[in-house]
Amino acid sequence: MTGKEVLFTVLKVAIMIGFTLNLGGLLTWADRRQSSMIQDRIGPNRAVIKIGKFELRVWGLLHTAADGVKFFFKEDFMPPRADRVLFSIAPMLAVASVLAMLAVVPFGDTLCIAQWKDVVPRSGVCSSDPASGAYAIELMIAPLAAGILYVFAVAGQGIIAAAMAGASSDNKFSLMGGLRAASQMVSYEVTLGLSLIAAMMLYGTVRLDVMVQWQAEHAWGIFAQPIAFVLFFAASVAESKRIPFDLPEAESELVSGYFTEYSGMKFGMFYLAEYMEVVTSSLLIVTIFLGGWALPFIHRDGVTVALGDHLLFHKDLPHALVIGLGVLGFFGKVVVTCLLQTFVRWSLPRFRYDQLMRLGWRILLPASLANIFVTGVVWLALENAGEGVAGSVKIAADVTQFVVALTVPLVVLRLIVGYFTPTSRGTWLVGSSATMAAGQGGTKASPMQA
Amino acid sequence: MAKTPMAVTFPKKTPAPVKTVTVSGPARDFSTQSYIPEVIRGVSVSMQHFFSNWKDMLRGERPDPVTQRLDRGITTISYPEQKRPYPERFRGLHRLTVRDNGDPRCVACLCCSTACPAQCIYIEAGEYPEGDPRRGHERFPVKFVIDELRCIFCGYCVEACPCDAIRMDTGVHPVPYDSRDQFIYKKDLLMSFADRSGDRRDHNPRHEAGDPTHPGLDREHKH
Repeated sequence: MTGKEVLFTVLKVAIMIGFTLNLGGLLTWADRRQSSMIQDRIGPNRAVIKIGKFELRVWGLLHTAADGVKFFFKEDFMPPRADRVLFSIAPMLAVASVLAMLAVVPFGDTLCIAQWKDVVPRSGVCSSDPASGAYAIELMIAPLAAGILYVFAVAGQGIIAAAMAGASSDNKFSLMGGLRAASQMVSYEVTLGLSLIAAMMLYGTVRLDVMVQWQAEHAWGIFAQPIAFVLFFAASVAESKRIPFDLPEAESELVSGYFTEYSGMKFGMFYLAEYMEVVTSSLLIVTIFLGGWALPFIHRDGVTVALGDHLLFHKDLPHALVIGLGVLGFFGKVVVTCLLQTFVRWSLPRFRYDQLMRLGWRILLPASLANIFVTGVVWLALENAGEGVAGSVKIAADVTQFVVALTVPLVVLRLIVGYFTPTSRGTWLVGSSATMAAGQGGTKASPMQA
Repeated sequence: MAKTPMAVTFPKKTPAPVKTVTVSGPARDFSTQSYIPEVIRGVSVSMQHFFSNWKDMLRGERPDPVTQRLDRGITTISYPEQKRPYPERFRGLHRLTVRDNGDPRCVACLCCSTACPAQCIYIEAGEYPEGDPRRGHERFPVKFVIDELRCIFCGYCVEACPCDAIRMDTGVHPVPYDSRDQFIYKKDLLMSFADRSGDRRDHNPRHEAGDPTHPGLDREHKH
């Protein structure tokens, strides 16, 4: 490994871990403010930095910072009869398992440093020849051949962390939480893996970067494997132990489950690991089902709009711009997916435990198995159907690119139009205070305590 | 012959028909049982609230928390900075109204302290000095003390006052303090309070003794 390679690897690690940690921290804020917006509240916005007369509040973002400070300065309590070693290792393992997952997630197409101004050919990789200065950087930390298998292996450690924390705390609630976490995560790990089998069959690989390349050339996984997407989404929400699957830490039943006894930064690590798990599961969802860094119509050589074999539009773009757009698109997709997960979290009630198990073993698991069979049959049928069918499949794949390219601007347009549409409000003057406030031109206009 | 007890058969009441209300839960059809359409519906409801509330926050168009409180949106009143307007006849902290020259209107008749069910008013009456035009007509409070901690804010003192000298129209609710002696409001403090329009006086006219408009008997018992 040359010095250059080490430098670039460190940079890539910094980008991925920086993104995940920061987004995880921001998600704690988003979780609070988003939930308050969903529930018609204002939400926490009181944390403030006072510089003279100037008050910095940044919409409650400082609560996250205040939390961090609090985690550091709180007493690090350990129950006297707890297993000291396991108790201390568990939070580290929880964070490590989440962070280690980032190693194989590609956040951009292969970058050819020397040709950053040029237009590179659509297919084929640039030669990595240190002598001539040509240098290819794969924008993923570790281009492992094991790919998604590594993700599953590492994600499995999260179960051990939860079970360890529950078992070592010397607390019945923690033990129950640890048991629940272990059984729940083992159950949903099965669906998580099996739902991806169908996708892997289609992509023909376990490498995440090759999966993204397949999606860039054909159609996004959500169109090719919609059922696998739903199954994977559900299973990954269950893996991150969040509502509606938050039975391991059900606060109305188990105080806070397997990390009841944790305080200080150890609790902070579990807390942050939960939010980072949302980020990593979003990373996986985006990589496997939402096209990763692939944007509709944008390929390595530029914008190419085509329907089947008909070329409609083509424009060459410099290599650096294509890669930059891809990276931005990837992180944008991840943020949107995280927000979507938060919406799900604030919309659904918690499952009962038997419902959870029934959903996992009797619905999701058979569905993922059926999906594998159907995918295999359809895939074989399409393979042997001949030229005509292959052409129409190609056109259908291109149509999905059009769907994406049209839906996203339409959604953005809808939001903008909605923002500028005036709100009509009704007035209910109930009681003398309301009458008084109305007489003074509304509560906000009146001196309030008047 | 043994007397057999008269066979009395009480007519058995037919039980009143049980009033049952059939509550229909969500239909157990495919769209609810398959869970996903319902999840999408739930998430879309969340999103509607989220985006419309963000819009209100960004545009500063949140519904009025009192007059539009049943409307959709965030109707939070952030308390110390914003306060709910109290009703017009809200009984707040007491104040002693003042005359045009700044003296209290109170004539120390002890009606309020007599009427007070909580016995939180203490008045020490004093005579005006010899030669004062008010001497013989009225007295004045040397001390006027209200224990706001004992007060139950019933408003009887205001009802009882013949001179409109004590009122509860300050619009200020009882203030929380950290020690009991801070709740003892004395005359000067009570006189410093104003009504909601900022006026320390009272709007009912007061006819001083000796004024031509004074309706009562004068010192010489002549009309």
